[in-house]
Amino acid sequence: MVVVWKDLLVERRSKETLNALFFFGLLLLFVFQFALGPDRERLAGTLPGLLWLGFILSGLLGLGRTFVAERENDCWEGLLLAPGDKSAIYVGKLAGNLLLMLVIEAILLALFGFFFNLDLAGVLPGLAVVIALGTVALAAVGTLFAAMTAQVRARELLFPVLLLPVEAPVLLATVKATEAVLLGETLGSVAHWLKLLAAADVVYVAVGVLTFDFVLEA
Amino acid sequence: MVSEPLIRVTGLRKTFGNHRVLDGLDLDVRAGEAVAVLGANGAGKTTLLKVLATLARPTRGTVTVAGHDCAKDPELVRREIGLVAHSSYVYEDLTAAENLAFWATLAGLTPSAAERASALATVELERAAGERVRTFSAGMKRRLSLARFVLARPRVLLLDEPFTGLDQRAKKWLEEHLASFKAGGGAIVMTTHSFGRELAVADRIAILAGGAIALDTPRGSLSADDVHRLYTLHAEDAS
Amino acid sequence: MKRLLGFLTVLGLAAGLGMGFGVAPREATQGNVQRIMYLHVPSVWVAYLAFVVVLVASIVYLARRSEAADRLAHASAEVGVLFTGLTIATGSIWGKPTWGTWWTWDARLTSVSILFVMYLGYLLLRGMIDDRERGARFAAVLGIVAAFNIPLVHFSVLWWRTLHQPPTLMAPGPAPVPGIIKAALYVNFVAFTLLYSYFLTRRVRVLRLEAEAEA
Repeated sequence: MVVVWKDLLVERRSKETLNALFFFGLLLLFVFQFALGPDRERLAGTLPGLLWLGFILSGLLGLGRTFVAERENDCWEGLLLAPGDKSAIYVGKLAGNLLLMLVIEAILLALFGFFFNLDLAGVLPGLAVVIALGTVALAAVGTLFAAMTAQVRARELLFPVLLLPVEAPVLLATVKATEAVLLGETLGSVAHWLKLLAAADVVYVAVGVLTFDFVLEA
Repeated sequence: MVSEPLIRVTGLRKTFGNHRVLDGLDLDVRAGEAVAVLGANGAGKTTLLKVLATLARPTRGTVTVAGHDCAKDPELVRREIGLVAHSSYVYEDLTAAENLAFWATLAGLTPSAAERASALATVELERAAGERVRTFSAGMKRRLSLARFVLARPRVLLLDEPFTGLDQRAKKWLEEHLASFKAGGGAIVMTTHSFGRELAVADRIAILAGGAIALDTPRGSLSADDVHRLYTLHAEDAS
Repeated sequence: MKRLLGFLTVLGLAAGLGMGFGVAPREATQGNVQRIMYLHVPSVWVAYLAFVVVLVASIVYLARRSEAADRLAHASAEVGVLFTGLTIATGSIWGKPTWGTWWTWDARLTSVSILFVMYLGYLLLRGMIDDRERGARFAAVLGIVAAFNIPLVHFSVLWWRTLHQPPTLMAPGPAPVPGIIKAALYVNFVAFTLLYSYFLTRRVRVLRLEAEAEA
């Protein structure tokens, strides 16, 4: 999809988003450590929550920038004027965002593993499934809302205000599932959470594809 | 023989919130014709262009471009038009060639590398093809914008103050390019607030004041001074 | 028409509240405070109803660009937020004497709070977009996303935390509630639905007048 190619090129040239998010993730880790104190046991208990908190906060920043290239270069109308199905643009942006988020999450996970001395080897496959499902849900709604708020006043405020309540069920599901996986339980034991996430993914992407036309329109 | 105008605007009204920008605007443009829409800043020229480009919906009235209704079939209209506005729709971090490739693919075209190079050559950017747009002058960006339409060949070109910010050489180039576009059967609507080169290319001059076309006349019948006089007259009427 | 609706609403409310606070039996352990359930539960049902209306009106708006549908969605969201707020408030008031705290993270209160914030965001979005047509479009999209989110919220919170008060009338499974209480609840449902309709029609009318004044 040409949109993904273009976004990757722009990103590779400017390197803005990835670098900034990487440092942000690192900072978050320090903040968590300072806020929660050095007590290892206490930290271990809150780990799943902290992990997803890190993912969501990075996501808020990264997803909010989905259309920043269009905004800064004033290309918004250009996208609209291109004839053809606008949903393709949504899918392209979604794919780009997914890629971005998965990279950041992988880095964050590695950093978490390093700082909190976790043994992730055994749980990685299960964890990967949970993270993948949750990230699709985040990116699907995030891309749609980013388009909506791109041209609104106070977009930096409105974007998280709209995204967070909608993502609440996803957050609940992923944290619970991550908790179970980190404790060594099978994916089967959290099947209901995974089904919820999968349902959310389907719904969000479908709504995104169907309504993106209306959001992009002038 | 062309009977139907390529662009037909009837009774156009456009309101933003409480502000009625355009009201009762009528305009026809035939194939091979170029109309210069003259108006003061804030008169609604850009709004008119946006409506024609399907970037804004008419509040009332009908706008038909190339046989399609702008409000009902915007996608069909978009295939037939090319918009060159203040924002040149180029990504600064990409090169000229990459920008062109991106827009071509987005528009559903599949030009070969040779065709893309040829398009860049037409707009005299072949030497800068591999440079990032960030380094371009305003004129170069405008030319890159137009390169898109060398590939896409729309039937209508909409230009918002196209000669502003260009140097002499670029202006001359644009004039020639627009003339050849007209000769190829396309229709042009340009907006401007000055009395310069635009008028040379235009076949008709329409003065936009008070939300509608106050005067629509063939250019040949007026001199530049006449235009200036009439324009000031109408601008005063409107305010 | 509006007179009749207003009249019926008052009648319904009188009947409902009368039943709830007068006729229905006093609950053994919780005492009279439990009667607030007759406000709390119908409130949340009406809130859900309001948001379903927002969903339908939003879809109609996107399909047909009907300004009336947009006004309906807007008004219903406003009234929905009102009833959601009422649900939270009554839930909180119920909670304080019963469990000793103003706030608990029980399933219903949590879900409803999430809904509250979601639809407040909806109203905020509308408020921040000056272009009426764009505001209507975006709000419609948000209305659709939010509505599809409701079941996700419901189930995720339910699984996350079922403290006390399993939501009997809405959980899958049998509802162990005696007759007179059920009757009182249903009368209050009807009364609150009438109240919702009354508020809704008034708000839609105000929005329509505002729109006409601007045009």
